[in-house]
Amino acid sequence: MTRRSVTNVLMLTFTGACALLTVSIMFYILGYLAWHGASALSWNFFTKLPAPVNVPGGGMANAIVGSAKLLLLACCFGVPVGILAGIYLSEFAGHTIASVLRFTVDLLNGVPSIVIGIFAYTLIVLPMHTFSTLAGGFALGIMMIPISVRSTEEYLRAVPSSLREASLALGAARWTTITRVVVPAAFRGILTGVMLALARVAGETAPLIFTAFGNNSWSQGWSQPTASLPFMIYTYAVSPYDDWHRQAWAAGLVLVTLVLFVNIVTRLALARKMPLSR
Amino acid sequence: MSTTDLAAPSGNGFEEAWHRLRRFDIGDSVAHGVTLLAGAGIFLLVGVLLVELWLNSRLARHEFGWKFLVNSIWDPIAQHFGALPFLYGTVVTSLLALIIAIPLGLGTAIFLVELVPAWLSDWLAFIIDLLAAVPSVVYGLLGIFILVPVIRSTVEPFLHSTLGFLPLFQGPAYGFGFLAAGMILGIMVVPFIVSVSREVLLAVPQEQREAALSLGATQWEAASQVVVPYARSGIFGSIFLALARALGETMAVTMVIGNDPTIHKSLFASGYSIAAVIANEFAEATSTLYVHVLIELGLILFGLTFVLNALARLLILATVRRGTVRP
Repeated sequence: MTRRSVTNVLMLTFTGACALLTVSIMFYILGYLAWHGASALSWNFFTKLPAPVNVPGGGMANAIVGSAKLLLLACCFGVPVGILAGIYLSEFAGHTIASVLRFTVDLLNGVPSIVIGIFAYTLIVLPMHTFSTLAGGFALGIMMIPISVRSTEEYLRAVPSSLREASLALGAARWTTITRVVVPAAFRGILTGVMLALARVAGETAPLIFTAFGNNSWSQGWSQPTASLPFMIYTYAVSPYDDWHRQAWAAGLVLVTLVLFVNIVTRLALARKMPLSR
Repeated sequence: MSTTDLAAPSGNGFEEAWHRLRRFDIGDSVAHGVTLLAGAGIFLLVGVLLVELWLNSRLARHEFGWKFLVNSIWDPIAQHFGALPFLYGTVVTSLLALIIAIPLGLGTAIFLVELVPAWLSDWLAFIIDLLAAVPSVVYGLLGIFILVPVIRSTVEPFLHSTLGFLPLFQGPAYGFGFLAAGMILGIMVVPFIVSVSREVLLAVPQEQREAALSLGATQWEAASQVVVPYARSGIFGSIFLALARALGETMAVTMVIGNDPTIHKSLFASGYSIAAVIANEFAEATSTLYVHVLIELGLILFGLTFVLNALARLLILATVRRGTVRP
C-alpha cells in the first residue's frame, strides 16, 4: 500500500474511534448511574425527608416536591413569554426586527446559568430579603424562554403557507387563522419544545444556589427557600459522608432518568430534527 | 334638525370604522400587540439583566477599577479582591476542554458525515446529543467519584512520568484540580462541537466531494482537504460555541477543580474558576463590597460569553447559508 492509502485508513479509523468513544461515554454515564444509584434507591427516597447524618433511611421527598414547584413556576413564567414571542417571530415580525430578536434570544440562551442566578438574586431575593421558591422559579423560567421561542418559531414556520392562505381566503382574520389553524397544526412541535426546555432546566443547579437555596425540611411557602433535586445532589456529593454520597447517586439516577426520558420520548415522537436545544 | 344633520355623517363613519375594527383590525392588532409585548419583554429582560449586573457591581468597579483584572490576591477577610486567579482558572480549564473536545468532536463529526449511512449517522448523533442533556451537576457527581480517582491513580502519575519535565505536569497528584475540571468540561462540550460541525459538514455540496474523489483523492484527503476547509467557518463557530459553554459552566467545575484561589503552574494543582467562585461564595458573602465583587465577576463572564456566542452565531450562519445540499 502507498503512504497515502495508509494515511487514509489510519485517519478514517481515528475518526471512527472518536465516534465510538463519544457514543460510549453516554453509555458509561448511564451505566455508572444505574450501578451506584439503583442500590441506593428505595421507597424511602421518594417519601421521607432527609435524615441527619448517621441516621439511616432518609429520603428526598421535599426536594422532589420542591423541584416540581420550581418547574411549575418556571413554566408559568417562561412558557407564555416564549410561545408568544415565537408566534410574533413567525407570524408578525418584519425581517429586521425578527433577526434582531432572534439574535437576542440566542444570546440569552448563551448566558451562563450562574449569571441568570445573580440576576434573579438582585431582582427578587434582594428586595424580599430572603431566598425563595419564587426567585428560583423565575431564574429557571428565564432559562426556558430561549428554547421555547426558537422551537415555537421553527414549528410555526414549518406549517405550510397553503393552510394560512386557505383560512384567509375563507375570510378569517389573521389572528383567527393563527389561533385556529396555524398553532393547532404546529401544536405537537410547540409542546415538544416546551418539554425539552423543561427537561433542560430541571437539572439546573447553578441558578438555584442563591435563589431557591436549599431546605432540609418542607418548604414553608412560595416566598421561602426550598430544596430541589439538583441542589441536593450538589450538597450531598460534596459532603464527606458515605451515606449522603449514596443518596446523591440515587438522586442523580432519578434526575437523569427523568431528563433523558423526556428527551427521548419527545424527540422520537417527532421524527423531525430539533434546533440546538442547549 | 341641524344637530342630526351634523351627527349623521360622523355616526356613519364611526359605525363603518367600528365594523371594520370588529371584523379584522382589533383582533389582529391585539394579537400583534400581545405577541409583540412578549418579544419586547425579552429585549427588556436582557436589558434589565445588564443594568442590574452593572449597577450591582459599582462598588467593586469604583474600589478596584481595571486593576481588579490583574490583581492576584483574593482575601475576603481583608476586603482585598483580585480576579486574576479566577480568570486564569477559567481560561486554563476551558483551553484544556477544547484540547480534548476539538479532535474528539471533529473526528466524530467527520465520521458521522463522511463514513456512515444517513440513518446510522442520525442515531449516533441523537445519542451524542443526549450527552448535552445530562445535567451539569450529574457530570460533577461522576467527576468526583469516577473521574477524579482515575486521574489520581492513573492519569497524573502517567503524565508525570512521561512529560514530567514540563512544569505543567509536576507536583503531587491530588486528582482534584485543573486537569479534572478540564477533562470533565471537554466531555461536556463535545456534543456541541459534534452537532454543529455535523450540521455544517452536511451542508457542504456533494459536488465538492465528488470532484475531489474523481481527481484521485482518497476519502480522507477529500474530507480533510476539501470538505472541512469548505465548512471551516462553521466549524470555528461550533468551537466558539463550545468555548462559551466551557467558560460559563459552573457546577461540574465547582465540584472537581479544588476551589483554591491561587495561581499554580501545574495542571495537577487545585484552582478556581469565575463561575465556581460565584457559586461557592455568593450566598455567604458578608459585605456589600464582597457581593459587588462577585457580581462584577458575573459581569465579566457575561461579557466573555456574549462576545463568543455572537461570533459563533455569525460564523455558523455564514457557512450554513452558503451550502445548500441537505438542509
